[in-house]
Amino acid sequence: MAKQVKIDAKGVHYTPLNQQIRKAIEDGADEIVVDNVLGQRFIGNGLRGNATIRVKGVAGGDLAMFMSGPTVIVDGNAEHAPGNTMDSGKVVIHGSAGDAVAHSMRGGKVFVRGDIGYRGGIHMKQYETQRPILVVGGSAQMFLGEYMAGGLLLVLGLDGAVKAREIGSGIHGGEIVIRGDVDDACLAAGAKKLPLTDEDRARIAPVIREFAADFGLDAEPLVKANYTRIVPASARPFAGKYTWE
Amino acid sequence: MIGSLPSRYRISIDPVRCMECGRCIENCSYGVFSRDGDRIQVNSRNCTACHRCIACCPRDAIGIEEHPCDYRSHPLWTREARESIYNQARTGKIILAGMGNALDYPVIFDRLVLDACQVTNPSLDPLREPIELVTHLGKRPARLDLLRREGGDVELKTRLTPNLRIETPVMIGHMSYGAISLNAQVAMARAAKETGTYMGTGEGGLHAALHPYQDRMIVQVASGRFGVNIDYLERGAAVEIKIGQGAKPGIGGHLPGEKVCAEISRTRMIPEGSDAISPAPHHDIYSIEDLAQLVRGLKEATEWKKPVFVKIAAVHNVAAIAAGIARSPADAVVIDGFRGGTGAAPTVFRDHVGIPIEAAVASVDKKLRDQGIRNEISVIASGGIRGSADVAKAIALGADAVYIGTAALAAMGCRVCGNCYRGLCPWGIATQRPDLVARLNPNEASEQVANLIRAWTLELAELLGAAGINSIESLRGNRDRLRGYMLDESLMEVLDVRGVGA
Repeated sequence: MAKQVKIDAKGVHYTPLNQQIRKAIEDGADEIVVDNVLGQRFIGNGLRGNATIRVKGVAGGDLAMFMSGPTVIVDGNAEHAPGNTMDSGKVVIHGSAGDAVAHSMRGGKVFVRGDIGYRGGIHMKQYETQRPILVVGGSAQMFLGEYMAGGLLLVLGLDGAVKAREIGSGIHGGEIVIRGDVDDACLAAGAKKLPLTDEDRARIAPVIREFAADFGLDAEPLVKANYTRIVPASARPFAGKYTWE
Repeated sequence: MIGSLPSRYRISIDPVRCMECGRCIENCSYGVFSRDGDRIQVNSRNCTACHRCIACCPRDAIGIEEHPCDYRSHPLWTREARESIYNQARTGKIILAGMGNALDYPVIFDRLVLDACQVTNPSLDPLREPIELVTHLGKRPARLDLLRREGGDVELKTRLTPNLRIETPVMIGHMSYGAISLNAQVAMARAAKETGTYMGTGEGGLHAALHPYQDRMIVQVASGRFGVNIDYLERGAAVEIKIGQGAKPGIGGHLPGEKVCAEISRTRMIPEGSDAISPAPHHDIYSIEDLAQLVRGLKEATEWKKPVFVKIAAVHNVAAIAAGIARSPADAVVIDGFRGGTGAAPTVFRDHVGIPIEAAVASVDKKLRDQGIRNEISVIASGGIRGSADVAKAIALGADAVYIGTAALAAMGCRVCGNCYRGLCPWGIATQRPDLVARLNPNEASEQVANLIRAWTLELAELLGAAGINSIESLRGNRDRLRGYMLDESLMEVLDVRGVGA
């Protein structure tokens, strides 16, 4: 039987809180429910294993930073950079999240039901079988997918138009997929638009279905919707700038 | 039309001495030498003055002359100024080059002199009296809370933060696998372990070959986050956040895809052949508070067991930045002066951006003391440390320890030719070509680097002894043992030293 541990985070500083979570995982907990979270930072930071951590409240900055394996589910919003430099595992945020979501993420999934702030998916990268996925239900802000080097960044725009501009500046790997049309003026230097092919759609469909299941949405209209795919114009965005002495 | 520029070097082979053995042909990776019947043909234009041929010639038959053909001399329109113009007129691009600052700025270290005892207080002989060179890097509590127990025992109530203990104040700075070869990294790591000091990984991950030395490695987290995962952070003895580099303050770095071979791809955790682009800023750090957050994030990930360093380039307001860093949980601030080396940097940055390490360290030390927080952080000076005298002077100006880079490479054979970016280093240091890397024997090279550190450590003990100081701690920030020679008054004020004779 799955072992559940409850932790009350009310008034607890993040270090002792994370120590309690670490201890629970060491003691073999499968599910850790953290109640009354109010901005504590670094929840799930550097954790390994495959436990599920349920965060009840608002998670502070750098949620699941350097995380390698566990699942973190937030019933609320998350601050700055959830999934920062994450290696594997999954983060599900039922609210919105701040700037630099999934910053430098190398693997795993970050699902945000609401909106995200600036620089979403910045410098996401991939390596061998590790391919990070960031899915945003609502909108993203400027500099989406900046310096992106790998992985998939999907923005569904479920709550209205996607506001992202300067999309993919310096992108040199991976793909950004946005539901609906994206105006050329919203693309940054180094990014180019491509139509979504049937193969692309087949590839993103399981991701959309997983996202829809996590948030109780109807997946099929989303799978069938119109998408714009944004990829690097060149794998070497800086190659033409330099000469040698 | 611009046409050919004068050759930079001229190679000559003394036909009487040369025995046509061909070692120069084998050793030159730049293609200077070739065989033409029974003689050796030379193409001087390919020469970089790396001196590999000279080092390998059994008969001392090879001569290299720099700038054999002069331009019309002019104090302003130097050869370099003119040749940069010809290059950019051709290409319209940013010029990149290797190694450190190549402009002829005065070296402040060479205008500072150290003190020694005469008559009134006796000097110490390190042979006879112990000279303490051990340094602990990290935070020191401002005060200690003690609890006196029954029976007279005393219990320490203050929680101490983990420090790094170094047996000598000389550490090896961050040079990544990618910028240099694995053999070069292994050699230096082994030397660091042997001499009781530490070495940085650079932003290139930690290759498995370095795992045996991991307790002597400081793992770097830079803006590209290459090779960074929880395993990497846990392996290191300490973690260093790289904000900037003295050779190119304010800009990021690009390792071109052609240098990302299978092994480098594995340690950086990026696909083979893809460009490794480190952005100029860390995109989760847009303020001093964000920096503190990353320091805390790294400490939280490693359960507050590892010291965290922050490396910044020496720029105009370095003192205020360091004071901000000291107020975060960071344990040490590394200040990299404008002479710091690099595998490749735009020459306009390398030669013109940043300030000298001497002034930067002195002003950081002063600012921290003025604010009463010098104990909160250790100061590591780097960028152009050439010998034990520079180490002693940097410490007297306020550093706790130094990082060396170019000096450690020179100990493995590097002749500072500055062509690191070409990936053809005939010494097996700044290259990934297997035949060239194999030239660097890690056993031999590690002994040479260890010898260098040992020699400097011996010299430091002698310098301290001569000054009547029996512990490196008493030299730290000790401006009284320094005098400025031919330095102007405003700079002496910054350095907080008096002039010679005063």
